[in-house]
Amino acid sequence: MALLQISEPGQSPQPHQRKHAVGIDLGTTNSLVATVRSGMAEVLKDEQGRELLPSVVHYMTDGVSCVGHEASEHNIADPLNTISSVKRLLGRGLADVKTFGGQLPYEFDSDDGGMPKIKTAAGLISPIQVSAEILRKLAGRAEIAFDSMLDGAVITVPAYFDDAQRQATKDAATLAGIKVLRLLNEPTAAAIAYGLDESTDNNSSEESTIAVYDLGGGTFDVSILRLTRGVFEVLATGGDSALGGDDFDRAIAEWLRQEMGMAEDLNPIEQRILLETARAAKEELSDSDQVALEVLDWRGTLTRELMHSLIDGLIDKTLRACKRSLRDAGLEKTQISKVILVGGSTRTPRVGEKVAELFGTEPLCSLNPDQVVAMGAALQAEVLVGNKSGDDMLLLDVIPLSLGIETMGGLIEKIIHRNTTIPVSKAQEFTTFKDGQTAMAVHVLQGERELATDCRSLARFELRGIPPMVAGAAKIRVAYQVDADGLLNVSARELTSNVESRIEVKPSYGLGEEEITSMLQDSFSHARDDMQARALREQQVEADRMIEDLLAALDKDAEALLDAQESQCLHVAINELKQVRASSTEHRVLARQIESVAKASEEFAARRMDASIKSALAGHTLDEIEKG
Amino acid sequence: MAITMTPAAEQHVVKHLEHRAKGVGIRLGVRTTGCSGLSYVLEFVDDATTGDEVFQCGDVKLIIDPKSLLYLDGTQLDYVKEGLNEGFEFKNPNVKDECGCGESFHV
Repeated sequence: MALLQISEPGQSPQPHQRKHAVGIDLGTTNSLVATVRSGMAEVLKDEQGRELLPSVVHYMTDGVSCVGHEASEHNIADPLNTISSVKRLLGRGLADVKTFGGQLPYEFDSDDGGMPKIKTAAGLISPIQVSAEILRKLAGRAEIAFDSMLDGAVITVPAYFDDAQRQATKDAATLAGIKVLRLLNEPTAAAIAYGLDESTDNNSSEESTIAVYDLGGGTFDVSILRLTRGVFEVLATGGDSALGGDDFDRAIAEWLRQEMGMAEDLNPIEQRILLETARAAKEELSDSDQVALEVLDWRGTLTRELMHSLIDGLIDKTLRACKRSLRDAGLEKTQISKVILVGGSTRTPRVGEKVAELFGTEPLCSLNPDQVVAMGAALQAEVLVGNKSGDDMLLLDVIPLSLGIETMGGLIEKIIHRNTTIPVSKAQEFTTFKDGQTAMAVHVLQGERELATDCRSLARFELRGIPPMVAGAAKIRVAYQVDADGLLNVSARELTSNVESRIEVKPSYGLGEEEITSMLQDSFSHARDDMQARALREQQVEADRMIEDLLAALDKDAEALLDAQESQCLHVAINELKQVRASSTEHRVLARQIESVAKASEEFAARRMDASIKSALAGHTLDEIEKG
Repeated sequence: MAITMTPAAEQHVVKHLEHRAKGVGIRLGVRTTGCSGLSYVLEFVDDATTGDEVFQCGDVKLIIDPKSLLYLDGTQLDYVKEGLNEGFEFKNPNVKDECGCGESFHV
């Protein structure tokens, strides 16, 4: 029996036409799935009534043994085959994983293309496969709840996720058989759950600035968003990938250990008892002023005030990250109009108090902070799947870093600038650099710096089969297309012959999370250097071109058109230019040298011109030429 | 002629109306469509149209157009949970046959 939901007036679906869409919060520690019922976002529970699914998968020799709560139970007995926190590895290169994978107990290996895989009893497993298991479990929960197939899902990702990490998330969904309607930034999802996208009039140019403070069990993220006419733009992100509510528990447990006079090297069972006591005490102190503790044969009390003194240092760390993000966004804290609390650890009232104090405004926390991201994703999924008409609700996102192409001399030409709303498609024409050039390498880059080596390489491909033409005659149109998920398609087409080559960016994995923010900062702090470097490279390209052209010309015509001394002079000039090209770091010096070679070769160029006209005219009558 | 609602259904309708923050009640109706001839309509109502029948059910107004009422007379709207699935169900004594999924029916 199909059960009904209440629709908006005039929008009752046809029988069998209702689409089932969900929002999925694929978290580091826990994941959730939510849907919209009768206009309200609700988190779906499992058979046992639990909302959170631990993001943990346990493997055995014959494959996946279990996912979620059951998998967590293997954590202590079989840590190498119990995979958790896989989100930290998603879309990362082997090198990244080796540097910070030390915090994780797994052994890594790579069989192809540098994608790291985890050694388990079931063989080598990629982070994408692990994520797919978690997604499959959540989708299964939804399909039972709907008693129907799933039509699509919106999956949330951290705002700082780069192309590789987003692509990996999408790959995981595809592997799990889920149609991804869109990837949505987590802070944006939280803002949607609070209805902030609807609170500003879409037609006015009114702007609001939102800070999303997301303190989970093991990670802290802060994002500064700007909302203009229904479009969210990420102005800055920051945080600490190794700071969360679990650290509060550890701080309290450490206090307990000292009070109880226990040695520092606790065995795992003692550790667990202390941590569980600490967590229970923390939760109880949310409502009461003090809590009586009983651990083993020790008795004592913890007051709220004392707990504050234990955790304030940790909270202050998050506040410093907030201030940094504000600075990155170029905003004063008074310019933030709304603050949203996300993540289970914001239930500790002290966190809300200190956040309110920093921003000078009472944060929004009426929705369950564990669920708010999944709820926002569900609301967005409902719109995208087509259950709710009204295209005014179509939410847009922006690309975080500029996308460009490498041009001669290792420079980057930006094709799509950062903060452009997506989906977007832009094209630019390029040409060949050498006579008879039949192929062109397209190097796709991401970043704000001027030199290709300072930006992130996303992909390389070649356009072959360009008909041989003189340098500069071919017209090659390079088009960049970013879809609504922030994924990039690049195509290159030679316009006279229509040869085409394209690539879907399967980004070369491997960019540290802090690098993304630091890439942005670098572009500001290196602005002047970059400008210099660009100018120098441009002159170097010019010098190379001149040297090459001139040598080719000398090779061909020197004997006929120049006497020995003239020829000697030009060779000397070329050698000088070569030297300056190799040694000078000052673009003006190089430019002057180019100028002087150009002057020295003027006469030679004029003679060549004359000679080629003569040879073109030779053997023709004046009549023929005039008609021609 | 009458339409009723179980307490569970009333509780959910009240919750949804509060969340929506507007609307005078909910509309029950039938449409001639679907694989077995008729299907149910369940919608929020912002303005009742003239000619609609209104049944007060606790705090909630159930609004029905007279034509639909012929097919729905005696119906009780219920809210049920079946495992993880939950939603509204029309308990309609007039139904003679329905399609396998129950989304459409005939009388």
